[in-house]
Amino acid sequence: MRAFLIAAMLMLAACAQQPPRDDALYRDLGGREGIAQIVEGMLLNVAGDRRISAHFQKVDIVRLRVMLIDYFSQETGGPQDYTGDTLEESHKGMDLSPTDFNALVENLQAAMSVQGVPVRTQNQLLARLAPKRHEVIDK
Amino acid sequence: MTRMWIGALCALLPFVAMAGEGRLLATSGATSLEGAAGGGIMPWAVLSGYGERGEWGADAFATRVETGDYRLDAVGVAAAYGNRVEFSYARQRFDLGTLARDLSLPEKTLSQDILGVKVRLFGDLVYDRLPQVSLGVLHKRQRDFQIPALVGAARREDTEGYLAASRLFLGGAFGYNLLVNGNLRYSRANELGLLGFGGDRRDKHSVLKEGSVAILFDPHWALGVEYREKPDNLSFAGESDWSDVFVGYFPNKRIAFVLAYARLGEIATLDEQNGAYLSVQGSF
Repeated sequence: MRAFLIAAMLMLAACAQQPPRDDALYRDLGGREGIAQIVEGMLLNVAGDRRISAHFQKVDIVRLRVMLIDYFSQETGGPQDYTGDTLEESHKGMDLSPTDFNALVENLQAAMSVQGVPVRTQNQLLARLAPKRHEVIDK
Repeated sequence: MTRMWIGALCALLPFVAMAGEGRLLATSGATSLEGAAGGGIMPWAVLSGYGERGEWGADAFATRVETGDYRLDAVGVAAAYGNRVEFSYARQRFDLGTLARDLSLPEKTLSQDILGVKVRLFGDLVYDRLPQVSLGVLHKRQRDFQIPALVGAARREDTEGYLAASRLFLGGAFGYNLLVNGNLRYSRANELGLLGFGGDRRDKHSVLKEGSVAILFDPHWALGVEYREKPDNLSFAGESDWSDVFVGYFPNKRIAFVLAYARLGEIATLDEQNGAYLSVQGSF
C-alpha cells in the first residue's frame, strides 16, 4: 500500500511539471535563424505577388517580420513566445479570402523550397498553420 | 472525336478570362472517367479547376484505357463556381475490339454521354475541421443500345447519385501529404453504363462503395490506389470490381497527367482486362 501511495505521488509530481517542449520542428527549420530566412523569403515573395501585395501596403513590414518569426517559432516549439495580438485581432478589417490565404501558403512554400527545407518538414509547418486559417480569413 | 475536342475547348473559352487559381496545386485532382473531378475510376469530393470562393474554375480532359481486348476513350469538360458547384459533361467510347471481331457484332463500339452536377455540402479538403463532403448526380445516356439490349440490359438511360468525402492530411503519411477519399454510390449502371442500366438479373440501384488513397511525394507528384465496387445486373457475364494504381503529375495549375495500371477484371465475358490508363487534363 505504501509503495502504491509513493508511486501515485511520484506520478502526480511528474504530471505537475511542465512537459518539455517538443522543438523538433523548430530545429528542423534551422532554429530562429532558419525561420527568419523563411519569413524574409516569404515576405519578399508576397511583395512581388500581385494577387496579395496590396494587402501589405499599409503594413509595418519590419514589425510584421519580427511578429511572424516569433509566431512561427512558438508554433514549432521554439523557446520564444509570440507576444503579439491574436490572429483574429491582427487580421481584423483585412477581409482576407481563402484565395488570399492560399496565395500566402504558396509564397511560404516557395520560400521554404529556396531555403532547401525538405518537403516533409514543409508539410509539418503547414500542418501546424492550416488549422488557424479560420482565425485569419473573413475578419 | 477531334471535332468534339475542339468544340469542348471552344465552350471553355469564356471561362478562361475569369478563371481563378485560388486553390493549391493538385487539390482539384484529376478528372474521372465519368467527367467529374476526382481520381481515375471514381469521382472525389473535390471540384474541377482551381477556383475558390467567387471564382470560376474549369477543365477539359482526355483519357484512354487499353486492356488488350478493349479500349475505352473518354473526353469531357467541367466547370465549377466558387469551389461549391460543378457541372460536367463526358463522352465515353468503348471499342469492343476482340469481341466485335470474334462474334461479328452489329456495332464495333459502345458510346454514352454523361452529364454531371456535384455540390460541395460542407468541409474543406485541407483546412476545416470536417473533411470535404460533396453530393453528386450523374445522368447517363447510352448511344448504341442494340448490343446492351441483346445481352439483357433493361434501359438505355439512367440517373445515379454519389456521396463523396475527401481529406488531405498534411504530413499524414511519414511526413508526406496523404489524400483519403471514400464514396457511396447509388447506381445500376452496367460497366459504367456502356452496357446500359439494370438487367435481367437485377434491375434495382445498388449501394456501391468506392475508396482511394494517395500520397503526395511533393506538391507535383502523387502515387495512389483506387478501388471501386460494381454491380452485377446482367446474367450473360460477370462484372468485376475495378481497381488501379496511379501516378499523378501536376507540373502547374494548367495541366496534369495521370498514368495508371488498371485492373478491370471481367468485361462482357472476357476476363483479365487489365492494362494501361493514361489521362491528360487541362485546367483553366
